[in-house]
Amino acid sequence: MLKIENLTMKFGGVVACSSFNAEVKRGQIVGLIGPNGAGKTTVFNVITGVYKPTEGQITFSPREGEQHRLVGLKPDRIAQLGICRTFQNIRLFGQLSVLDNIFIGNHLRLRSNVFSSVLRLPGYTAEEREIYEKSMYLLEKIGLQDFRNEKASSLPYGMQRRLEMARALATNPKLLLLDEPAAGMNPQETNELIGFIQEIKEEFDLTIFLIEHHMEVIMEISEKIYVLDHGVLIAEGSPGEVQRNEKVIEAYLGVG
Amino acid sequence: MGNLSLFLQHLTNGISLGSLYALIAIGYTMVYGILRLINFAHGDIFMLGVYLTYFGILYTAIPWWLMFIIGPALTGVVGLLLERVAYKPLRDSPRITILISAIGASFLLQNLGIVLFGGRPRAFPVPHILNHVVKVRGVSINVITFIIPVVTILLLIGLNYFITKTKTGMAMRALSRDYETASLMGIDINRIISVTFFMGSFLAAVGGIMWGARYPQLMPLMGVMPGLKSFIAAVVGGIGNIAGAVAGGFLLGLGEIMLVALLPRLTGYRDAFAFVVLIIILLFKPAGLMGSTQTEKV
Amino acid sequence: MRDKRRTDLIALAALVCTVVVLLLANRYLDDYKIRIINLSGIYVTLGLSMNLINGFTGLFSLGHAGFMAVGAYTVALLTMPIPMKEMNFFFQPIVPWLANVEVGFLPALLAAGLISAFLGVLIGAPVLRLRDDYLAIATLGFAEIIRVVFTNTQSLTNGALGLKGIPNYTNTWWSWGVAFFTIWFVSFLIRGSYGKAFMAIREDEVAAEAMGINLFKHKVLSFAFASFFAGIAGGLLASLLGTIDPNMFRITLTFNILLIVVLGGLGRIAGTVVAAVIVTVMMEALRFLDESINLGFIQLKGIPGMRMVVFSIILILVVLLRKEGLFTRLKGRESSYAEN
Ligand SMILES: Nc1ncnc2c1ncn2[C@@H]1O[C@H](COP(=O)(O)OP(=O)(O)O)[C@@H](O)[C@H]1O
Ligand SMILES: [Mg+2]
Repeated sequence: MLKIENLTMKFGGVVACSSFNAEVKRGQIVGLIGPNGAGKTTVFNVITGVYKPTEGQITFSPREGEQHRLVGLKPDRIAQLGICRTFQNIRLFGQLSVLDNIFIGNHLRLRSNVFSSVLRLPGYTAEEREIYEKSMYLLEKIGLQDFRNEKASSLPYGMQRRLEMARALATNPKLLLLDEPAAGMNPQETNELIGFIQEIKEEFDLTIFLIEHHMEVIMEISEKIYVLDHGVLIAEGSPGEVQRNEKVIEAYLGVG
Repeated sequence: MGNLSLFLQHLTNGISLGSLYALIAIGYTMVYGILRLINFAHGDIFMLGVYLTYFGILYTAIPWWLMFIIGPALTGVVGLLLERVAYKPLRDSPRITILISAIGASFLLQNLGIVLFGGRPRAFPVPHILNHVVKVRGVSINVITFIIPVVTILLLIGLNYFITKTKTGMAMRALSRDYETASLMGIDINRIISVTFFMGSFLAAVGGIMWGARYPQLMPLMGVMPGLKSFIAAVVGGIGNIAGAVAGGFLLGLGEIMLVALLPRLTGYRDAFAFVVLIIILLFKPAGLMGSTQTEKV
Repeated sequence: MRDKRRTDLIALAALVCTVVVLLLANRYLDDYKIRIINLSGIYVTLGLSMNLINGFTGLFSLGHAGFMAVGAYTVALLTMPIPMKEMNFFFQPIVPWLANVEVGFLPALLAAGLISAFLGVLIGAPVLRLRDDYLAIATLGFAEIIRVVFTNTQSLTNGALGLKGIPNYTNTWWSWGVAFFTIWFVSFLIRGSYGKAFMAIREDEVAAEAMGINLFKHKVLSFAFASFFAGIAGGLLASLLGTIDPNMFRITLTFNILLIVVLGGLGRIAGTVVAAVIVTVMMEALRFLDESINLGFIQLKGIPGMRMVVFSIILILVVLLRKEGLFTRLKGRESSYAEN
């Protein structure tokens, strides 16, 4: 579904990621781990078009027989193709309501034009009603229906993370990129999160690419794991293989 | 007078106007580099610099050459205070609020100028040694057109020394390269920003005095157009980049003078020239001539 | 939703009240006061137009004076009777394709809005792709260029002499009719999905783009609407004053609108409407600060520029102390959705 070939990203002198190769297969949950500053978020930023890579190719196939080269596309186009993400340092629409945040996630699938939205033509209102119902459904799914009119920035941290996921789901992605979804969560919340990720994967028929520091999350739900250190891929394989890999242990211990 | 000497005259005019734009542009670019703020009031600080010096010369016993230093220093203090009062409290607010504050400050200075100094133009008392015409090989040129680039170059050398060799200067550069990291490294941001505003305003005031000597008509709104054009110079050169601001200043100054000289029919469009250049640069080289595209960290 | 119904009811009540007030005003008030009422309506349109781009979309545009100039000249040149044009253009004759044109007010206003929107897209397109704060300088520059161009295109605009004898079509019904149209348009736009996308861009461009919102398209859209309404307001103003010249459309004009937007609150509709009226009235009421007034027994000396000093200070204070604007509750409101 997603194929990253020979990806290199330099910022001035800093090489955030060099000659990285990876593949995410349809229906998988794939993990990306590595110490802080290893270049994980950079990989996500390149996939979603926020950064243009110095070198490399990324191909995305939302459906069998359909191929898109992502390098050079704008982030909004990539989202429309079916890749959506969350951010490591949460980026909600802070002053807008919780419900609006999700509502906006649907905007890219809107068919009506701006004039029918202002005139509230039947075509538009029908669409809006659908979006509203879908948004409410997603809100319930993350358990925030009672907070729907609160400002997004006023929510506690954990809820903001869930809201970001719901907002991403609202775009109808095929591939979901989660950047440290469990950051700052306690063990119980983390456990719930694992269940939640597996649940949405089934329900929305998702493929998931996941960055995480909580090893229990990564080890429990990923089928395959890539390990980055200083921008270089040092290991890949099943959770068991990666856990036993000496380089990985060293990289983590080295950073301490 | 041959065509060549006429051309040389235009050239010197262009260079001296360019120097003035460069001096003002530096203030824009330094502030923008650190705070990502278009200091709309900078052009009015320039105006204030001229007026402060003017009143100092006319109404105090301070000799004019000393006033040419005291005036800019006072202006620098005003610039510093402006930042403290109108910008600092908004540093963490949405960018648009601080821009609005800057526009408000600009209007405040302009209209305070009208209230305090009167709306009608005043003549700047230019000392004779700065303002007389000499003939060089048949080309008559006012000495001020020579003095302006020379003073500008001296100031640039000083500025370059300051930002590359002194601790404060290096901190300034670090802050403009990576605000977050620099602030974590224990740099006293408030002090650096104050120094930046002081220096930017000082340079603008020096530019203002020379402007007054060159075009000796003072008006409270005299800072608006030079201010806008200098900001454009900073953008054209690559905002945040001091060398770029200087290059942009010279480019605009020369371009403007040459436009009027070579295509006199377009004289009426003189003030539009800079904006046309701006649009063209933004279209084809958005980071400016010397700017580098920085990717915002996400 | 109940909240939405209530807002609509309040809007309806405001509409009815305005109609009644206008009826009474036209009957009992003198020309000067009627003119202030007209100006208020025009400033409501201008304030909302600027708030759409600056407040809701989070872009900083300072080109309103330019768009107003475009609208004003469009309406003036399209509605002015043919003999009047000949009288105006005594210095240099008007371009032939405009010499024999005279259309009604409504088509002229529409043309004003459309030409202005077109120019908005033309200027916005190169700039809106870039860092958003370049927009401020580019639009400011655009407004200046428009002024310079209009001063120099003698046979099109009559240059610095300006135009006189523009038919006075603007009355309270026109100015407030357009104001209510703008209120309706902006409110419904903001309620809908596109308006929310605008606000998402304001809140976080990176996140908005990651959610599939085409930044460029939406920014241009918002900018085009804002220019459209600014152009129409300029046309109303030309027809109200009867005389225009390029120097009317200086940045001070834009500053007044910005003041309204800031006082009313960025991204607030009702606040903007209230602020537009208050600022317009204050602009007139505080004229004494600038001009000398003779009270018969005593001559009070005004200080030119004092009025703008007061307004600049108000602007800065509001930005520093009360970012939400002066007239808004600080509590969030419930959003409204279709049929729910
Ligand atoms: N926009 C940017 N400009 C400069 N350096 C960057 C930028 N984005 C990331 N980096 C650098 O790239 C490296 C990898 O960062 P990142 O991908 O965020 O790591 P991780 O997510 O694995 O912690 C870091 O050294 C970081 O400073
Ligand atoms: Mg990261």
